[in-house]
Amino acid sequence: MSIERLFIANRGEIAVRIIRAAKELGITTIQAYSEGDADMLAVKLADESVCIGPAKATESYLNINGVVAAAIEKSADAVHPGYGFLSESPEFARAIEQAGIKFVGPSADTIERMGDKVAARQAAEAAGVPVVPGSKGRIESVDEAVEVAAKVGYPVMVKAAAGGGGKGIRIAENEDELRTLAPQAQQEAAAAFGDGGLYVERSVKSPRHIEVQIVGDGKKAVHFYERECSLQRRRQKVWEEAGADCLDDQTRENLCMAAVALAESVNYRGAGTLEYLYEESTNEFFFIEMNTRIQVEHPVTEMITGFDLVQEMIRVCGGESLSVSQDQVKKSGHAIEVRLNAEDPFMQFLPWPGKVERLKIPEGEGIRFDHFMYEGYQIPPFYDSLIGKLIVHGKDRTDAISKMATALESLEINGLKTTVPLHKALAKDPGVASGDFHTQWLEPWLEAGNLTPENT
Amino acid sequence: MAQVLSPLPGTFYMKPSPEAALYKNPGDPVAVGDTIGLIEVMKTFIEVKAEFAGTFSAYLAVDGVPVTAGQALAELVV
Repeated sequence: MSIERLFIANRGEIAVRIIRAAKELGITTIQAYSEGDADMLAVKLADESVCIGPAKATESYLNINGVVAAAIEKSADAVHPGYGFLSESPEFARAIEQAGIKFVGPSADTIERMGDKVAARQAAEAAGVPVVPGSKGRIESVDEAVEVAAKVGYPVMVKAAAGGGGKGIRIAENEDELRTLAPQAQQEAAAAFGDGGLYVERSVKSPRHIEVQIVGDGKKAVHFYERECSLQRRRQKVWEEAGADCLDDQTRENLCMAAVALAESVNYRGAGTLEYLYEESTNEFFFIEMNTRIQVEHPVTEMITGFDLVQEMIRVCGGESLSVSQDQVKKSGHAIEVRLNAEDPFMQFLPWPGKVERLKIPEGEGIRFDHFMYEGYQIPPFYDSLIGKLIVHGKDRTDAISKMATALESLEINGLKTTVPLHKALAKDPGVASGDFHTQWLEPWLEAGNLTPENT
Repeated sequence: MAQVLSPLPGTFYMKPSPEAALYKNPGDPVAVGDTIGLIEVMKTFIEVKAEFAGTFSAYLAVDGVPVTAGQALAELVV
């Protein structure tokens, strides 16, 4: 039986996105909201809504019992968790399943398995997906470290097995260096953790963040190509692209098919993303983790493939088979998304939860703006600072960057400070234009003073 | 008497972490720049500092509860 009453256990722009997708499928939408979110756009757009508690997320959006009780009270037959909050909580998925309600995502068991780093790594290896090669477990001696390094290849990273906080981490380019550095790492680990055990793994140089979008129906899975999200600040993605122009066709095919193999091996249902580190100098990629939910940056994939991923995940989680086969997924052009946060980029990205006084949204062919604002809306201070995402689609990467620059010029959000100036500067930057960046590129770029009011 | 006002809207905390002791108790001396509380705004914690020296009198806002920008958080005898 397909879904008729969908309960949205999330807020902000993703709640609006889910409501739009559900409406196009003819599904009745029920929006959950906290006392701090009573006037949010998703509440106005949904067919029905229900208050699930105080503004504080732990007492509303993160309160499993409260959310499940509200879904039951509203006779929902499915719950969409969005991203963040309870979207990757196996306890929440299990509670929903036990209430006889469909969870728009994989089973609680799959969420649990892929959420455990060791289990996810084992599942990836079993499906033939490369992981960062390293020692099987802790090692005790320098000779042992040298033996592992010879197998995994230099450079290697040596870290404390008891680990954490960057203590005891060394990178060795060759055996001589390893013989010098390993004892230092051991001493530092012993001093910091009272345990001199080490772990050795291949060091991935200047890693780029590449991820593959998949959707599965519990039996079959298809991929919707890859995205690159290497421009990050404090491990938060800032600017995302589809596809990743740094990949050659064969590497792209291997990366995407490895993702499908892993998804099928765990009988994956719903939308998911496999994240990889990519080392350009050796053309190698390594699985890091799987996100078992829809992601913030899914629109870039929708722009280049033409598929509605949120509708597809709702359909398969309602019990339907995938509506698309792999050979029907074609990509065209290049898409870029920038995350707009209510923060002051000239003041160390200080949060700026103001009131939206005037909103002018760029329009045109290949421009999309996913958000939850309206004029007069007071951005609540209780949740994360994402207020919207500007997405453009161009015929190639150069065209997409130029379209982004133009779209940013015609975007007006008055009444609050936003990260729009950062994106204007990035869209003009030669390093961004050449695509010559990696996950540790943006923070030094900011520290070097590349963002000034003059270049935005 | 002087009041310490919230610089931003958010959630007010009178302790650095749930297990920790209160930043100030009635009768404690307060120097300019002393931290009186925390405001959690968009998942970021911002310290609220005293702009006057004096003696701590009382918290006026409740721990873990939303406050508006400009709301009085605490009172000092100056």
